Amino acid sequence: MLYREVGQYNTSYAQDMAVFPIRQDRVAIALILVIAFLVLPLTASNFFLSSIMIPFLVFALATIGLNLLTGYAGQISLGAGAFMGVGAYACYKLTILFPDVNIILLVLVSGFFAAGIGLVFGIPSLRIKGFYLAVATLAAQFFLEWCFIRIPWLYNYNISGAIEVPTRTMFGVPVVGPAATPTVRYLVVLAIVVLLTWIASNLVRGRVGRSWMMVRDMDIAAELMGIRLLRTKLVAFAVSSFYCGVAGAMMVFFWFGAAEASAFSIRLSFTILFMAIIGGLGSLVGSFFGAAFIWIPPVVLRSVPEAVGFRIAAETVEHLSLMIVGSLIIVVLILEPHGFARLWQIAKQKLRVWPFPY
Amino acid sequence: MSPVHFRSDNGGGNNKGGKDMRLRLLAAGVAAAAMLFTSAATTSVSAQDGLYIPLLTYRTGPFANSGIPIANGMHDYLAMLNERDGGIGDAKIIIEECETGYNTQKGVECYDAVKPKHPLIINPYSTGITLALIPKAGVDQIVILSMAYGLSASADGNTFPWVFNPPATYWDGASGVIKYIGEQEGGLDKLSGKKIGFIFLDAGYGREPIPLFENAAKKFGFELVQYPVPADQMQNQSSIWLNVRRDQPDYMVMWGWGAMNPTAVQEAARIRYPMDKFIGVWWSGGEDDARPAGDGAVGFKTLNLHAVGANFPALQDIKKHVIDTGKSQTDPARLGENLYNRGVMNSVLMAEAIRTAQELTGKAVVDAADVRRGFENLHIDQARWEEIGLPGFAPEIRVTCDNHNGHHAMYVQQWNGETWEPVSDWFEPMSEFVEPLLEAAAEAYVSANQPWPERKEACE
Amino acid sequence: MLHQIFVAPFVQMATLPDFFLQVLWEGFVGGVLYALIALGFVLIFKASGILNFAQGIMVVFAALALVWLYEIGVPAYIALALCILMMLLLAVGVERLVLRPLVNQPDIILFMATIGLTYFLIGLGEFIFGGEPKVMITRQLGIPTGSFELEAFGGFIIIQQLDVAAAVIAIAMVLVIAVFFNRTKIGRALRAVADDHQAALSVGISLETIWVIVWFTAGVVALVAGIMWGARSNVSFALEIVAFKALPVIILGGLTSIPGAIVGGLIIGIGEKIGEIYWGPLLGSGIENWLAYFIALAFLMFRPQGLFGERIIERV
Repeated sequence: MLYREVGQYNTSYAQDMAVFPIRQDRVAIALILVIAFLVLPLTASNFFLSSIMIPFLVFALATIGLNLLTGYAGQISLGAGAFMGVGAYACYKLTILFPDVNIILLVLVSGFFAAGIGLVFGIPSLRIKGFYLAVATLAAQFFLEWCFIRIPWLYNYNISGAIEVPTRTMFGVPVVGPAATPTVRYLVVLAIVVLLTWIASNLVRGRVGRSWMMVRDMDIAAELMGIRLLRTKLVAFAVSSFYCGVAGAMMVFFWFGAAEASAFSIRLSFTILFMAIIGGLGSLVGSFFGAAFIWIPPVVLRSVPEAVGFRIAAETVEHLSLMIVGSLIIVVLILEPHGFARLWQIAKQKLRVWPFPY
Repeated sequence: MSPVHFRSDNGGGNNKGGKDMRLRLLAAGVAAAAMLFTSAATTSVSAQDGLYIPLLTYRTGPFANSGIPIANGMHDYLAMLNERDGGIGDAKIIIEECETGYNTQKGVECYDAVKPKHPLIINPYSTGITLALIPKAGVDQIVILSMAYGLSASADGNTFPWVFNPPATYWDGASGVIKYIGEQEGGLDKLSGKKIGFIFLDAGYGREPIPLFENAAKKFGFELVQYPVPADQMQNQSSIWLNVRRDQPDYMVMWGWGAMNPTAVQEAARIRYPMDKFIGVWWSGGEDDARPAGDGAVGFKTLNLHAVGANFPALQDIKKHVIDTGKSQTDPARLGENLYNRGVMNSVLMAEAIRTAQELTGKAVVDAADVRRGFENLHIDQARWEEIGLPGFAPEIRVTCDNHNGHHAMYVQQWNGETWEPVSDWFEPMSEFVEPLLEAAAEAYVSANQPWPERKEACE
Repeated sequence: MLHQIFVAPFVQMATLPDFFLQVLWEGFVGGVLYALIALGFVLIFKASGILNFAQGIMVVFAALALVWLYEIGVPAYIALALCILMMLLLAVGVERLVLRPLVNQPDIILFMATIGLTYFLIGLGEFIFGGEPKVMITRQLGIPTGSFELEAFGGFIIIQQLDVAAAVIAIAMVLVIAVFFNRTKIGRALRAVADDHQAALSVGISLETIWVIVWFTAGVVALVAGIMWGARSNVSFALEIVAFKALPVIILGGLTSIPGAIVGGLIIGIGEKIGEIYWGPLLGSGIENWLAYFIALAFLMFRPQGLFGERIIERV
C-alpha cells in the first residue's frame, strides 16, 4: 500500500530507456546522493569518514571493476589486487613526472595504464576457461607483485621500496597528502566513484554489456551469433582493470597516504572477490552491498568492545573478527548464493505487494 | 490452460516460508548492524585524565614470534610503573594495544583510530608503518618513537622534529657490523676482496641499510651480494641459501624479523655455513630465532643495544608486581629474554621522556608537544639507569634537539645453545662515515617529498 | 646478454656439477611436497567438483594441532592419532555445515565457501594455538633428522634425511591413494560421484558419506603434508602460502588427475628451482614466486585442461 510503482506510464522512448524509469528509484537515488554529498561531510566524525566511508567507496569501485569482469563477462579473475597496484604506481609516477597536473585527472589517467596491463593478462582467456583461468590470473597477481618490488623506477628508487604521497592541491585546498582533511578526500573519492558508477551502469545496459553477458552465458553460442570473442573478452579485461586501477590509485592517494608492494597482495584480491560474490555477481548495486558488508563489520567489531565497555585483548578481536567474517561468508552463501543484490530484489518485491504476502 | 498464476520472481508458493524467514533474518541483521554501526560511529572520545600511550603491537601473524616478546616487554614495564609507583610522577599511564600484524595498512588504521584520543607517543614497531606515519606526525602533532628502527635519516631533528629513533640507527648498525668484521679480519683494510652476503627481509626494514652497505663496499673494497627474502617466502628460503652455498660469501649479515629469522638460521645450519661468520642485526636476536635450529645454531652472532637476562631489580619488580599478580600475558620463564628486554628498554625511553617533560613543564599530565620537548632533552646517565633499576643495562643515552638518535654504542653477542653471551665490548658505530650519509639522506627525503614543512618548534 | 641467457647458466651447471645435483635434489623434494598438497586438492575436486581453497589452511591447522597436543603433554603417537581423529571431525563438520546446504550450487559459490572456511580456520587456529611459529616434533614422531653428505664430482651434496623420508612417505601416500581409488569399492564409489552426482545418487551411493570420506582423506594428506613441511621450516600460518604453489601443480597436471599431481609437482618443483638458481640472478631473484605459474600457463596454452586432465567438451 505504501510502495506503489504502478500508474507511471512512459510516453516517450527517452523515458522508456531511462536509467531510472520509476519515480521511487529516482527519489531514492536523489536521497542517497544528498546524504552522501551533504549530510555526511557535515555530521560524521573524521574517523568515520577516513576509516569507514573512504575505504568503503574505494573497495566498492574495485568491486565494480571485478564484477564487470567476473559477473558480467564471466571471466574469473584473482588478480584484482595487482591491477589496483598498477593503477597506484602509475599514478605515483605520473604525479612525480608531472607535479603540476591536476591529481584527479592523473588518477583517471592511471586507470588506462592498468587497463593496458589488464589487456595483456587477459590474452590467456581466449584459450583457458573457468578455474584454470582463475589460476592464470594468479600468475598476473604474483608477477606484478614481484614487479612492484623489483622495478625500482616505479617507486622512484626510494630505498625503502615504499611510495609516499606528496601533497597536491586543487583550488588551493590540499587534496592528497598528509595535510588533506578527511572531508575533502571523502568528497573527491565520492565524486569519482559516482561518476564511474554512472559510466559502468551505462556500459552494462548497452551493447558492450550485453555482449559480455552473452559471452558469460555461453561463449560458443555468442561466437556463432557474431560476437567477436577476442575483442569482447579483452575489452572486459581492459575495462575491469581500468576500474581496479583507479580504485588502487585512490586507495593509495586518498586513503593510505603511502603504500608498499605488500599492500597489493593476494589477500586484497580475495577481499575484492569476496565483496563481488557476497554482494552479488552481475549487479552494480550488489558491489556496494558487498563492499559494505565485508569492510564495515570488522572495523565495527574492533571498536565495539570498547564502546560497550569490554576489555578484550587486541589480537583476540582480530581472531574473532576473522572467524566471524569467515562464517558470515558461509552463512550468506548458504542463505542466498546470489548475494545481497538478490536479497535486495526480493525485498523490493515484498515491498511492492505489502501488506499482502504475495 | 491452468488458471492465471502469479509467479513472483522468487520462485512461487511453496518456498514462501523460506523466503519470509530469510527476509526476517535480513531485516534483523540490518537492524543489528545499524545499531552496532551507530554506536561505533558516534563513540565519543573518552576523557583522558592520564598519560595515554597506545602500543601498536602484533601478537598474530608471521611476525608474531618477534612481536609477542616486544609487546610483553613494553606493556609490562609500563604496567609495573603503574602498580609500583602509581604511574609516572603521579599521573597514571593508560596503556592500550592495537593489533597491526606488521601490516602497514592496519598500522595506519590503528593510528587513525587512536588519534582522536590524543596519544602521547606512537611506537609503530614496523619500519613500513613508521614510513607511512612520518609525514603525519608533524601535521597531527604526535611523537613517533621508532627505537632503533624506522627511517635512519629521521635522526636529523631539524628535518623530523616529531620523530625519534634512539639509541642507534640502522646505518649505525650496518657500520658497526662492518667495523666488527674488519676487527675479525685484522683491520678494515683487510676487507678488500672479501665477499659479504646481505640477506634481508624484502620490505622497508630490510632495505634501509642497503645504501650504507653499498657505500661501505665501495670504500673498503669488498663485494656486497644481496639476498632479498620476500615476506611471503620467509618460510621457504631454501633457494636463497642454495645461492649462498654457490656464492660462498666470507660473511653473512642478516636483517631479518619474524618467521624469517629462525628459518634463516636453520637453513644456514643445513648448508653448513660457518655460524660464527653469520651476524644479524639487533632485531634478529630473539631466543626463539636461534633455538629451533638446535645445535646447528651455536655460534650465531647478533648485535645488541642492551643487556640480556632477568638479573635486574626493575625486571624483578616487573615479576613481582605484574607477572606474578596475573596482570601480564608474559610467560614467567621468558622474563629477561633479549626481545623482552628490548620492549622494556622502549618503555624506559618513553617513561624517562615523559618524566623529563613533566620536569620541564611542571605538569603531571603532559601532552604530546611536552613529550616531544622531553625527548629532545632526554638524558639517561649510568646513575639514572641505576635508579631505574637497570644498572649497566645500556650505555648513557643522550638525545638532543638536532640529534634525535645519539648514535650510541652497541656490542656483539653470540648464541651458545642456551643463551646469548657477549663476545665483544661496547663499541661505537663509524660515525664519521655514517653522519655525512645521513645528512644527504635527510635532504634527499625532503626534496622527494615536497613541500616538506620547515621546523617550527624551538630548540631548548 | 644472449650469452648470459643461453650459455652462461649451462656453463655453470657443468662446472659445478655437485651443486647442480644439489639443486636437482632440492627441486625434486620441493616437487614431491607440492604434489602432496596438490593431492589434497585433486581428491576433493575429483569427488565433489570443488576447488578446496581451504586445503592450505588445513595443512597448517593439522600441523599446529599436532604440535599443540604434544606441548600440552600428549605423547607423540597418540597426538598423531588424535589429530587424525580431529581431521575426521573437521571433515564431518564441513560436510554438514558447508557442503550439505550448498549442494547443487555453482562451483564458484562452493569455491567462495571454502575461502570463507579458510578465514574461519585461520581465526580459529590463531585463537587456539597462538600466532607465533612453532617447531615441528620431528624427532618424537620417529622421522630421522640429521643429514648425510655424499662426495660427488669433487664437491659434496648434502642430503637431509628428512627430505628422503618426506619423499618416501609422499610417494607411498600417493600409491596408497591410487590403489584405494582404483581397487576398492569405496574408491569406485568415489569415482562414480566424481563423474555425476545425480547418477551416483540414483545408484544408491550416499553422497554425504563419500564426501566425508574424501574430506577426511584430504585432511590426512594435509596432516602428512603439514608434518613434512613443518619439519623443513617451522609451523606457522605463513605455511598457508605454500598452498598457493600447489595451484600451478594441479593446473599443470589437470584438476582431476592424481598422477597429474605428481608429474606436475615434479615438473614445477624442479623447473622453478633451476629457473631461480640459474636464471634468477638475471632478473633480480625472487622469481620463484611466479615462475611456477608461468610454467603452468605455458603448458595450458597448448593443453587447456592440463597434462592429464579430462578434455572439456563443450556443447552449444
